[in-house]
Amino acid sequence: MTETLLDIRGISKSFGALKASDDVALDLKQGEIHALIGPNGAGKSTLIAQIAGSLRPDSGEVWLEGRNVTHKDTVARAKAGLGRTFQISSLAMEDTVLQNAVLGALGARHRVPGFWRPVMRDGDLRASAMQALEKVGLEEFAHFRTADLSHGQRRQLEVAVALTLKPHVFLMDEPMAGLGADGSAILVEFLRNLKSSAPILLVEHDMDAVFQLADRISVLVYGRIIATGAPDEIRANAQVREAYLGEEDAE
Amino acid sequence: MQRETLINTVLTLGLLAVPLAAWAMDEPYTITLATKVVIFALAGVGLNLALGLGGLVSLGHAMFFGIGGYAAGILASHAQSYEPIMEWPFLIEGTQSMPVIWVMAIVVSALVALATGALSLRTSGVYFIMITLAFGQMFYYFTISWPAYGGEDGLSIYVRDRFPGLNTLDPLHFFGLCFALLMLGLFIVARISRSGFGLALNAARQNEARVRAVGIEPYRLRLIAFVISGAITGLAGALYADLNRFVSPVMFSWQTSGEIMIFVILGGVARLFGPVAGAALFIILEEVLGGVSDYWHIYLGALLLIVVLFARGGLIGVLAGRNGGGGHD
Ligand SMILES: Nc1ncnc2c1ncn2[C@@H]1O[C@H](COP(=O)(O)OP(=O)(O)OP(=O)(O)O)[C@@H](O)[C@H]1O
Ligand SMILES: [Mg+2]
Repeated sequence: MTETLLDIRGISKSFGALKASDDVALDLKQGEIHALIGPNGAGKSTLIAQIAGSLRPDSGEVWLEGRNVTHKDTVARAKAGLGRTFQISSLAMEDTVLQNAVLGALGARHRVPGFWRPVMRDGDLRASAMQALEKVGLEEFAHFRTADLSHGQRRQLEVAVALTLKPHVFLMDEPMAGLGADGSAILVEFLRNLKSSAPILLVEHDMDAVFQLADRISVLVYGRIIATGAPDEIRANAQVREAYLGEEDAE
Repeated sequence: MQRETLINTVLTLGLLAVPLAAWAMDEPYTITLATKVVIFALAGVGLNLALGLGGLVSLGHAMFFGIGGYAAGILASHAQSYEPIMEWPFLIEGTQSMPVIWVMAIVVSALVALATGALSLRTSGVYFIMITLAFGQMFYYFTISWPAYGGEDGLSIYVRDRFPGLNTLDPLHFFGLCFALLMLGLFIVARISRSGFGLALNAARQNEARVRAVGIEPYRLRLIAFVISGAITGLAGALYADLNRFVSPVMFSWQTSGEIMIFVILGGVARLFGPVAGAALFIILEEVLGGVSDYWHIYLGALLLIVVLFARGGLIGVLAGRNGGGGHD
């Protein structure tokens, strides 16, 4: 049996009367891409935030590599091996692209950053940062100010920063949004290769990408997972078609 | 050479040239003014680390300026009276040795910054401003009501403290000392800004969630920055005490915090030499406009408004253009 790296056990979260997560159970196994799909406002990002530790669930548990991390904060979970990309790009906008990647590489060292040596001259950090930028195709933009990047490029940088962390588990919230057809195709190819180094919990609206990439798909509607299964099963699931995919066809 | 580097070099040379010219023309008052610029600049360099790089709007840095001042004042007054500060559990005697006073000012400021920072950094935004202000005011009222060291009237230092090998009574020698410490402070802050710590601190100012997501705790970075920042401003306070040979609770007042912040904003927040340009401009304005009108602060206010509205990079920003990534290459 393949190892389960991430295990979400019965997570619930309410905002007032709104149930954003309703007893959600989900797992992520070594080597797979598990896609999480669902209509706008279904609670996908809220779930990612609870897994990453930036939002506290009302109940339920998060297990990472056999350890209960429910009561650990974002910093501890990042150190424990969670690499997250944000739906809304969350970068140091005044810094250069390379600096953002170097920050990730610095975090991966798991100690308080040094006070004295110029960080941008640190060969190891630079190499690790450049390598990540190359993988997402941003190497030519390394010295651009992040604020001057297009939206799609910022999404790519999000992924690159997560790569520098060399995480054991990736959480990616809509990495393809705004990438355009070419960009998406490149990223699809890239993620397909990436999953062998660490499994990916992928939130994505681009159905072509999801059905190309996912080993398993979970469908979230109004905070509840209504189905989990292989892409073919999900495509054939009547409940899913009605609640979600049907809407897409109608558009 | 980058334009900002050129401006910084010109500023440094100008700051050296003015007192030398004044010395040649036998104008000790101008040397004292230049010394004041240097000391205020150093206080601003301290604040700029927290404010510019860390985004920590502290309205309590007078606290460290005052602590440095009183460290000098108290140590010197005990040296003058030959009464030890305390005998138990260990003996602490007064001293007139500047290096010892400086170390004391730095250590005590750093400890107070650690304690006050640990509490106030749990808040952010306007709450952080208010808490740091409140801590500063606590020290202000405490010194006012502390009769042992002059209370409201302050404390005079009758003899200029000493530095091995120099005549500290000579204004030019004292200027040189202060100038060397300013350069050291600038060097340290420049190194810190370019370090990994500086990169992470600056990133935490821009986007806290990002820094957490890479496994670095912003609180810890900010606390360390606040401590270093307070220590530098504390050292400036000790020098200011020696310049005036007098300390008073005014050093702790919120107006002092405001002035230190004005140096930084006028010169350019997060610009290495911002506080130097700001302090120089402030003293020049005070001398020129202060001679014309008692209400020169109105003009200062107007200038500040213009800088905040139209020239966020302050004087350095106007001269050097946009900041390239927080001082990193
Ligand atoms: N902090 C909050 N306070 C109150 N309501 C919130 C909060 N965060 C999210 N919500 C609500 O919870 C629901 C789920 O939001 P979430 O962002 O998780 O959806 P999503 O599935 O990621 O949607 P999208 O596909 O648009 O990204 C939405 O109705 C949203 O308005
Ligand atoms: Mg979302």
